[in-house]
This record gives sequence, structure tokens and C-alpha cells, in this order.
Amino acid sequence: MRKLALACAAALALTACGTNTPAAESTGPVSLRMTVWTSNEAHLKLFNDIAAAYKAKNPRVTEVKFDPIPFESYTTTLTTQIAGGNGPDLAWILENAAPDFVSSGALVALDGYDTSDLSPAATKLWQQNGKLIAYPFSTSPFGVFVNTDLLKAAGQPLPDDLIAQGKWSWDNVIASAAAVNAETGKAGIVVRDFDYKSWDNLSTVWQGWGAQAWSEDGKTCGFNQQPMVDAMTFLHKGIFIEKAFPGPGTTADFFAGEAGMTITQISRASLLKDGKFGWDLVPLPSGPKGKYSVIGQAGLGALKKGKNPSVAADFLSFFTNAENSAKLAAYFPPPRKSQLTADTLAKTNPLLKPDQLQSVVVDGISTGVVKPSHKGQAEIAQAVRSALDPLWKPDANVKAVLDGVCGSINPLLAK
Amino acid sequence: MNQRFWTGRRRDNLAGYLFIAPQLAGSILFVFVPLALVVWYSLHEWNVLAGTFEFTGGANYEQLASDPRLPGVLAATGLFSAGLVVLNLTLALLLAVLLNQKLRGTIFFRTVFFSPVVVSLVAWTIVWGFLLQDNGGINGVLSWLGIAGPNWLRGEGTAMISVIVVQVVKNVGLNMILFLAALQGVPANLYEAARMDGASRWRQFRSITVPMISPTILLTSIITVVGSLQVFAQIAVLTQGGPGTSTTVLVYYLYQQAFQFHHFGYGATLSVLLFAIVLTLTVVQWQMRKRWVFHES
Repeated sequence: MRKLALACAAALALTACGTNTPAAESTGPVSLRMTVWTSNEAHLKLFNDIAAAYKAKNPRVTEVKFDPIPFESYTTTLTTQIAGGNGPDLAWILENAAPDFVSSGALVALDGYDTSDLSPAATKLWQQNGKLIAYPFSTSPFGVFVNTDLLKAAGQPLPDDLIAQGKWSWDNVIASAAAVNAETGKAGIVVRDFDYKSWDNLSTVWQGWGAQAWSEDGKTCGFNQQPMVDAMTFLHKGIFIEKAFPGPGTTADFFAGEAGMTITQISRASLLKDGKFGWDLVPLPSGPKGKYSVIGQAGLGALKKGKNPSVAADFLSFFTNAENSAKLAAYFPPPRKSQLTADTLAKTNPLLKPDQLQSVVVDGISTGVVKPSHKGQAEIAQAVRSALDPLWKPDANVKAVLDGVCGSINPLLAK
Repeated sequence: MNQRFWTGRRRDNLAGYLFIAPQLAGSILFVFVPLALVVWYSLHEWNVLAGTFEFTGGANYEQLASDPRLPGVLAATGLFSAGLVVLNLTLALLLAVLLNQKLRGTIFFRTVFFSPVVVSLVAWTIVWGFLLQDNGGINGVLSWLGIAGPNWLRGEGTAMISVIVVQVVKNVGLNMILFLAALQGVPANLYEAARMDGASRWRQFRSITVPMISPTILLTSIITVVGSLQVFAQIAVLTQGGPGTSTTVLVYYLYQQAFQFHHFGYGATLSVLLFAIVLTLTVVQWQMRKRWVFHES
């Protein structure tokens, strides 16, 4: 590791590690590079088609390269590239890194971008002083995928019926999940990607209790407030007493048929293309505070430090204009109000039924709360993760652990 | 003029310098320059995203002195290193002595114990990650024997033990081979003489084997100590420093600060600390050789 750090340092020595002032832009041929975290061939083909259309209109731009970086280490790799003076011209940005990127001045402000069609809920995270800094190209709500075969095998009612009866609540979900575990030995319900580490995914549960990680202004810790204590107590009971969630250190992949239900984003529906079991997609169940929805976002920004930031910003506008946004909607739910209808989305999401799209996607985006994010998120996330670890034991004192979480992140929230 | 300048001695010198030039150039470019730069960066506050790079003097070192997380990190590092060095060297020496016997099957077992050394570190660690899961292979075998295994990577004590054992099994073969080579270099007549004097096998081991292989013990302990301080992949793959911060060793903490939290200046400061620790330990061990290394050729 030390060697790696040294090698990075060596790379840095050869580059200017100066300021964000863009270098004078050349007038010669331009080649653009955009980092993404998908390596899905269908996604990349669509991007390349859009890029080809742009190049045809702008002969100066000779190359647009889409550079996939693995999702797990995406932000780390991206910032290391930037530190090494080897940053891309455009980059996808995860919602949890949004406050850092938007506030740092690393991105070109998208002056003149027509925002009239964009949903305000979707752009909130990506603005600074009323200016759009990055474009939220993907606003993907969380829903519950259900393995109907497993639920039937456990003698449990199907979510559609529960929804019709107005009984699609967390209490009933836990009861069904516990029954699946007890009857079939498979996992009941999995909060996908949480794995007792990426705790921000739990916002898909605690939002039902009206809990929040921190206050709207980011200054007050919400972990030890009553709604969070209630939500975490519920979760703890669901894990260790009812065994509705697989315990820590246990993996279960819903898409391989190993779990009755999973909470994840609708973009994962593509994993069910060759599904060997019956499935359904339904909205998140209601919590004590009623119905709610949570969205995960991804933005696209143009970096100031690139060689041709204005060309990059221009390509960004083209890549996300109404016409291309409609194409991207096949994989990434768009932030454009005009395109957020079940009919439009149905054309490009053949695996999902119109009522699934309406209830999960369209309704979800208009009312959705974005997963928690904060300036300096990586450090806060790490502090929360280690302070939450004592909670994942059968005899944990929930309130005491959550007080501990606030104790360790308060100094970071105050920064 | 040229004739007189290029004397035979100078020619020889030039040839010598040319021979070491590639290695020297590599060392300067990839070791000494970066080392100097890391020290330079440690005197700066460097915000990668904002693109600022400001000289802050000793501010990072003041932060180092008052970092509330550092004592825990150093304790975890010390625990890991101590556990690894003791377990690794003891096991390696034990295996080497056993496999140095003239018995059937020793070649097979030498191969078995050495083979993990040539396996890719990350692949090795990922497989162990699966084995150590709560519903993984190890607990499967244990439950078969009627034992309820712990949740290895989620308990504070068992996580550290797991990381140490995974690393020991991976690398013990290398030290074992070094010890084997040393053992085979011990002259047989010394043992013969000792047997004639009526020395027990333990006495022979203590009074002949250990002193004769002491240079190898020194070498393996330096390699193992330095290696243990640089452990990274196992932590990153198996525990990510958790549960809590129980397995956050110095290199992993350095990585978090620099590459996850973007505090590159403070990360560089931690690198300097790591460098100082490795240097000190190596110098101390080197000095100690005068006391306990019996012979050196």
C-alpha cells in the first residue's frame, strides 16, 4: 500500500497539482473521456450511439470515450484520477458524493441549461446557489422485488393482495419474510447492498418511521432521535428475533432465488430477464408514518480541470437533452417531468408492467426522499459504520448504540 | 587528452556505474523521489476536488499528535504484527523442522504448505472471506462436528484472529522454505558430536539448531515484521477495518484518510509515520543481531 501511495505521489510529481483554473482551451481536435460505473454492453452501446450523433454535428470532437470504473470503488478511483492530474472530462457522480463535488467547485456550472422540464425533487441535490452544477440523469426509486414462488411455498399472501386490502405494511412484510425463512430456509427479506456496512441503504426502511440520518441543514444528528430509535429497534427485532432479515455475515442473493423479497432500485429488474421464478415489483411497504418512497440518484458533471471543459459541458447538454433523455430512460429513470409517465417508461422497460411503473417509478420520484448525503460523506459514512457495528448483535442496546453514532459523527457534521 | 583522461581505473569505474545505473535510476525515480514528495505533501493541506494545495507547515503533524483515532489504530497494528510474527515464525520453524526429517511424503507436504505463497493474494483472501462467513464453509464443518462456530468476521476478537490466520497460512510457506534451507546447512557432525555427549533432541535443537540458523531467523523476522506493517488487501477485502475499528491497521487508516476521505496531506503524514516505524524496527532488529545472531558469514 505504501508503494501504491508512493507510485501515486510519483505520478503527481509529473503533473501540476495546482488550482482549478482551467487551462486555455485549444481550438484543435477534441477528445473527451467520461467515467461511468456501468460496463453493461447495452448501456455502452446507447452511449456510443449518442456520442456518434454528437460527433457528426461537431466534427472538432474526434473521440468520446466511456470509461467504466467498478462501482464499489468508483468515487475513490475517480478522485485518485483527479488527484493524479488524469481526471476525466465528464464523470458520473453518486448521490453520496454529490455534496462534495457540487460544493467544491470541481464541476463546470451548467449555465444556460433549460431546467424548466426537470423535477425539482430530482435536481435539489445537484444545485448550488440556484445554479445547476450536475444533471441527475438517473433518479431511480427503491421498490420491493418479491419472489412469488417462495411466498406461496411459505403459505403467505402475495403483496398485490395485501396492497389491494391496504395491508402492505412493514409489520406484514416482516411476518411474511419470517415465514419464508422458517418454512423454506431461504432468507426472508434482504436490503440489497446493505451487508451490515453500507448503512445508507437502510434509509429505505427508516424513512417509513420518518427517521433521518441528519437534519435538513446537515448540522444535527438524527440517529438518536425517537423515530430512528423506533425504526432501528424494529429492524433489530426483525433480524435477531423474527429472523426476517438474514443476519450479519450471511449473504443471500434475491436474483439467484435465495430470498423471498429484496429492497433495491428498479434498474435491477434486468437481472430477472432469465429469472427462474415468479416475481413481482411493488412499492415500499408503509411504515408507522404512512406511505413513503426513497430514491437513489446519479448525476453527470463536466470537470473544470479537463482540457476542454466548455466542450465537455456542451456534450453534457446534448447527452441529456429531451431526445436523448428519452433513450436513456430505458435504463435510467429520467428527471424530466414530461417523460415521467408510465406510458413513456413502458416503451423502454418491457420487463415491468405499467402499473408497476406508475406505482413504483412515477409516484416514487415525485414524492421520493433521496438517500442521505452530506459534505464529507465518506468520512461520516465510515464513522457511522463503525459506530453502528455494536448494533448488529442479538443483545445490543439500541438507544445506547445510536447515542454512540451521534457522538462520533457530531464533530464531522459540524465541520 | 582523451587518452590520458580515460585511464584504466576510470574505465572500470564507469563500467561499474553503468552496470548499476538502471537499478539506481529506478530507485531514484520510484523510491527516493516519491519518498521526498510524500514528506513534502505532508506539509500541505491538499483538497483534490477543490484543487487547492496550501502549505500548512506542521499542521498535519499536530493533527497526528492529537488524532483521537490514532492510538486505536496503532494498537490494532501492534496486535496484528505481534500476532502475525509470533504465529508465522513459530509455525514456519515447526513445519521446517518436521519436514526436514527423512520421512516419506515430506516433499508432498512441503509443496502443500508452500503452494499458498504463489496464489494471488486477493483471490486467496476473497475465498477465505466466503469460508469465514457466518453460513460459510468453516462454520459448516464445525456444525458437522457439533460445534456452533462464531461469526468470525463480525466479532471484534475473532475478526483480528481471522485476518492474522488468513495471512499466516498464506505466507508461512515462504519462511518455512527459508528455514528448511538453513536447517540443511547445519553440519551433521555437530549433531553427531552432541549425541555422543548425550544431548537430548530438545537440547540439540536449542544449542545447535537455533544458533546455527539464527541469521535466517533474523532475516525472516525482519521480512515478516515489515510485511505485517504493510498489510492492506486482507483488511480491505475481509473486514474493511471493522467491526468497529478493531482491524483498522495503520496502512488501512492511511488509505481511508487519503483515498476515501480525500485528506491527501494527512494521508502523506501517516505515510511518514509508517516509514519511521518500519525504519526504527528494522534498525533495532539489525542492532540486536550482534547479541543473538550466533554466526554470520
